[in-house]
Amino acid sequence: MIYLELSKNLKLVVNQAHQVAKHVFRPISRKYDRAEHEYPKELDLLAALMDGLNAGGGQKGAGIDTLQQGEGTDQGVRNGANMSTCLGMTELCWGDVGLAISIPRQGLGNAAITAVADADQKKRFKGLWAAMAITEPGAGSDSANIRTTARLDGDEWVLDGEKIYVTAGSRADAVVVWATLDRNLGRAAIKSFVVPRDTPGMEVVRLDKKMGIRASDTASITLTDCRIPKENLLGTADIDTKRGFSGVMQTFDNTRPVVAAMGVGVARAALEHTRELLAGEGIEVRYSGSLFTKSAAEAELIRMEAEWEAGRLLMLKAAWMADNAIPNSTEASMSKAKAARVANKITLQCVELCGGLGYSEEDLLEKWARDSKIIDIFEGTQQIQLLIIARRLLGKRSSELR
Amino acid sequence: MDNEKIISEVMGGGLRVLNRIADSPLVERLGLEQRAQRLVYEGAKRAAETAAKAAKRLAPKRSSDRPRRSRKFDLSLSEEQQLMRDTLRRFADDVMQPAAREADDRSAPPDDFLETFSELGAMAMAVPEGLGGAAEQVSAVSQMLIAEDLARGDMGLAYAALSPLSFVNAIVHWGDDQQRARLLPSFLEGETTAASVAVVEPQPLFDPNALRTTVKKRGPDYLLSGEKSMVALADRAKWFLVAAEIPKAGPRFFLVEGDAAGVEVTQEPAMGLGSAGLGRLKLDDVRVARESLLGGAAALKAEGQAAYDDAVNRASIAWGAMALGTSQALLDYAIPYCNDRIAFGEPISHRQAVAFMIADIGIELESMRMLVYRAAGRIDAGLKCRREAYLARTLCSDKAMQIGTNGVQLLGGAGFIKDHPVEIWYRQLRSIAVMDGNLLV
Repeated sequence: MIYLELSKNLKLVVNQAHQVAKHVFRPISRKYDRAEHEYPKELDLLAALMDGLNAGGGQKGAGIDTLQQGEGTDQGVRNGANMSTCLGMTELCWGDVGLAISIPRQGLGNAAITAVADADQKKRFKGLWAAMAITEPGAGSDSANIRTTARLDGDEWVLDGEKIYVTAGSRADAVVVWATLDRNLGRAAIKSFVVPRDTPGMEVVRLDKKMGIRASDTASITLTDCRIPKENLLGTADIDTKRGFSGVMQTFDNTRPVVAAMGVGVARAALEHTRELLAGEGIEVRYSGSLFTKSAAEAELIRMEAEWEAGRLLMLKAAWMADNAIPNSTEASMSKAKAARVANKITLQCVELCGGLGYSEEDLLEKWARDSKIIDIFEGTQQIQLLIIARRLLGKRSSELR
Repeated sequence: MDNEKIISEVMGGGLRVLNRIADSPLVERLGLEQRAQRLVYEGAKRAAETAAKAAKRLAPKRSSDRPRRSRKFDLSLSEEQQLMRDTLRRFADDVMQPAAREADDRSAPPDDFLETFSELGAMAMAVPEGLGGAAEQVSAVSQMLIAEDLARGDMGLAYAALSPLSFVNAIVHWGDDQQRARLLPSFLEGETTAASVAVVEPQPLFDPNALRTTVKKRGPDYLLSGEKSMVALADRAKWFLVAAEIPKAGPRFFLVEGDAAGVEVTQEPAMGLGSAGLGRLKLDDVRVARESLLGGAAALKAEGQAAYDDAVNRASIAWGAMALGTSQALLDYAIPYCNDRIAFGEPISHRQAVAFMIADIGIELESMRMLVYRAAGRIDAGLKCRREAYLARTLCSDKAMQIGTNGVQLLGGAGFIKDHPVEIWYRQLRSIAVMDGNLLV
């Protein structure tokens, strides 16, 4: 039965994450925006707190490391880990996007491990904080074109190459690296490898200075004759040209709704705050009457809220499908495309609506407008999402619709 | 105090402390980070356990005779809805789509259209068993799905089919016993097939809460005066449900017979939706009995206002659903067209400028769908939906037209000429932002 409200359990998740966002993230949000590259030590305590909550039966089954497509059951509809994680992330990003993606053991690499690792690997990598390294100086959105190589030498994989834009790359315990076994075999030869931080040959060569999410570290990493155990390859070493990318790409169906959640969270922060500030100027939001007889500010708030709802509900839909074992590639991309572009538009518009106050560092509005931009870029840009959606709707291969 | 508040209080205090511990130079100097983390872990674990216990203890006891309803987020349809959907989709494909062009040209539905539609049993689904219908429980979601599926066939014809259904919905929702007994049987038996709801007025900045159609009291009767616009089946409706402003009380609905003295119906050709048989309704001191006030005397009080507000929300959902159906038809038509149309030696869908427009139609269609479904779902769950319905209406007003104009653009010149249905959809989708009434789920 169509019912698009949150269950009691999901509300509990939202509430817990909101407490963290409000009491931990917001108070230190500006501090780490200014102190870029300083490690937010609050996060270690927060990680302990999260583990404690999980152990106490609080936020059960939420977190990047729990993301996977649900299995079909006869037990009726499921509201599971994908929905919980998205809703938790929404709240955390209402607090601060940069801090939210810097929580130990909640890296995107963890999603990859959960999605692709076998039972033994899951056990070995449990509790590991894993970053994700895909982008290279010469390959961004065209990730099939990566140059980092992996070759087997006895019982070890030997990795060589250069990775950039690695979120949490300098802080995480390990980096999940995409590398090709054979550049001539295209995307089917791309595999992911877990490289522990202290592995000789892997080096963090620089930290980027950024416009937003400055609490989060973004690293450039070089891999030079970097040797890891054979067992650190995720999935299978077989190159199946028919299945192509599926192994490494399936992670995205789970993580894109979570990135959508980041947009939903930061946009709500801006929208709520702007609404409060405008209420002080006598602008009330009333959900009735013609939009055209309202003040421009009130009408704008309502239009933004409608767009925001769309992003939020698309996110929930994609996560719900994952929880209920319904293939969701198109919907995952739709949620990411919509929520991210709406978040950027809303946060920028809120700065404009609030004038000098919105633009000033006295308030967080300008920060949210800087933070939101990356959400429409990482984990697949707006344009890449549109390509994926269009290919699916039109029934086109990537060789046809390029 | 609800569970969430308790949990907030349990957690909030501990969390505020966390920042202080983290920031303490003492903790760092004494090398106490590990112990601080352990402390926080244990504290959080206890807090979560306490909160979980509290939530369990505070959970409202449910009465044993009522089965607990699923309260999980859910996008699946009931079996009954799925069955209805399959039937209506076939009707839309086989009956409505082929008839759409001619009906648009002659500004009227095919002669037997309403009769054929009534055979599908949608009317019985709208009326609860207790009132002679077949619905175990009337559902806004079911009505919304009917509107969506019919509009996939043709929005103008859907408007014709849904108008009597909306009239019946209103009687079921807000009619008093006498009104229900008097009107419902003739609709259920198929005796009456044409009736309409008349809310929209022909003026700029129309607002259903600021009607110009007025009501005067004359002895035991009411006198209605004003104009209603874009009324479906206007020349053949046996009944109109007319919205009019009662001084001091506010807007209310009145049952007006199609042939009542003072009612003048003229054809109202419009940009689109002509196949619904659109007409302008002029009411010149139309005298109706006291019993014609929908909901009876009780409607003069606050509950009458609540019913009218409810109707406004339900209208937003109905027209939102229309936007969904027509936009879906458009997308389904544009996709094969763009795949087949060759330019520069390859299908135009191989160009991002074209493909991205398709992707955007897909995204915004799904966005509209989620907002409309949510508002309808809230009605069925007994929740307020003014905000959700208004936001759905706001989004659909904008995106439906964007989809309509992009649909024509994708076909280029072919979209502009009448060989293809896209120009009909363009004209119809303009109505979504205009029609703030005249239908309801």
